[in-house]
Amino acid sequence: MAWERENLLGIQELSEEELIHILDTADSFKEVSTREVKKVPAMRGQTVVLLFFEPSTRTRISFELAAKRLSADIVNISVSASSLTKGETLLDTVRNIEAMNINQVIIRHGMSGAAHKLSGAIGPAVINAGDGCHEHPTQALLDIMTIREKKGDIRGLKAVIIGDIMHSRVARSNIWGLTKLGAEVTVCGPPTFIPPFIEETGAKREYRLEKALDGADIVMALRIQKERQNDSHIPSLREYAELFGVTARRLRLAKADAILMHPGPINRGVELDQETAGCKQSVILEQVTNGVAVRMAVMYLLSGGKGEH
Amino acid sequence: MELRVNKEIADADGVSRALKALSQEIITNHPCLDSVMLVGIRTRGVHLADRINKLLYESTGIKVSSGIIDITLYRDDLTSVGPQPVVNKTIIPCNITGKKIILVDDVFYTGRTMRAALDELMDFGRPAIVQIAVLVDRKRRELPIHPDYTGITLETLENETVQVKITETDSCEKIVVAEKN
Repeated sequence: MAWERENLLGIQELSEEELIHILDTADSFKEVSTREVKKVPAMRGQTVVLLFFEPSTRTRISFELAAKRLSADIVNISVSASSLTKGETLLDTVRNIEAMNINQVIIRHGMSGAAHKLSGAIGPAVINAGDGCHEHPTQALLDIMTIREKKGDIRGLKAVIIGDIMHSRVARSNIWGLTKLGAEVTVCGPPTFIPPFIEETGAKREYRLEKALDGADIVMALRIQKERQNDSHIPSLREYAELFGVTARRLRLAKADAILMHPGPINRGVELDQETAGCKQSVILEQVTNGVAVRMAVMYLLSGGKGEH
Repeated sequence: MELRVNKEIADADGVSRALKALSQEIITNHPCLDSVMLVGIRTRGVHLADRINKLLYESTGIKVSSGIIDITLYRDDLTSVGPQPVVNKTIIPCNITGKKIILVDDVFYTGRTMRAALDELMDFGRPAIVQIAVLVDRKRRELPIHPDYTGITLETLENETVQVKITETDSCEKIVVAEKN
């Protein structure tokens, strides 16, 4: 298929074909990071702007490496050191940068819809690196790429996502992606963390972790933000860990060859305990490796045009 | 783009004979095949490299190491005009430094594919030498790059295209010259 989309704002709007195309392309890019010379000239001379309004280690570095390995030039906008603190609006900031002839903008922002708004206002391609509680498409793509590597066909696999689904853009993007590819998704957590109409996405809800883990192929634990215990969603992190923490004993309820996933950063002792975080079934570090390949694939596909070759 | 087949240059026998001739030339040039590596250029180059490998083995009993190269990311025409071409995997299974590499492709035309393959190869290490083996040379090069081993040489016009069909990827085996409309 020929990739035609001009931005990557979310997984929800992608067709199954587009999703698979990105994953196949990412497979081909994975090898580049294993070479001596970790660079291909595909985006040579193109300029990519990283605009991160929220803190990030993994995602930011991953996008930076992806762009550099494609031979693109990077501009990092650190919000605190920019004119945004002087009161310049988001759109003004980006329009000014656009006037310096850039090709792609990668944005992470605290408000849902920020990436969409940006894409409507500027010419360069926009990649959503996480917008509020809405979507984090490249995270879901790297998660699904990892699952594909370990499990082959996604169709029919039982995936359970554990955590603060309500506030999780990672959960949302994964639910869209996994259901699109035919997996059976169950979300699990205390009722205060499960959105009321989650079944409309095709996912099922389960409040008891032991029942949710039974026979699962994929166990995905999400990070619990410490703030949540202060705003009355959960009584304490300790209680969450006792009821919903993935321990070695609980992991045994899943299939023997189930894989354990986490987008990072891990709160050890909360969503995962010390033993499970480093266990044999954990693919957490592979997720990170695949993140660079997936982001290279996305940037490569978006650097094309819509006309005839 | 419509194509009208003008003439058949070689049938299955012709292809087979050309590949045998190529293999014999390679053996003559490389009395010691141990440090030789065949690298096929996707897609047909890969299958032709496999066939040459088998022919080398039949003649000498030596199995030459092989790799696969996808040159999409190194093309000089990756413009922002059209949608990006599909990228398939490049598989170079061992260190190429010090090795004698033979790049294999079906048709040598302008030389740009080979330029891209050479640039990509150099990112993997420092080969001792690099040579080029092609089934058909159209003798219309646009860069100062030349094949070392050629199966069939053809005089063609610019509006013509040479199509190599092999059973691994097509429904038949032959080489034809077609005219672009």
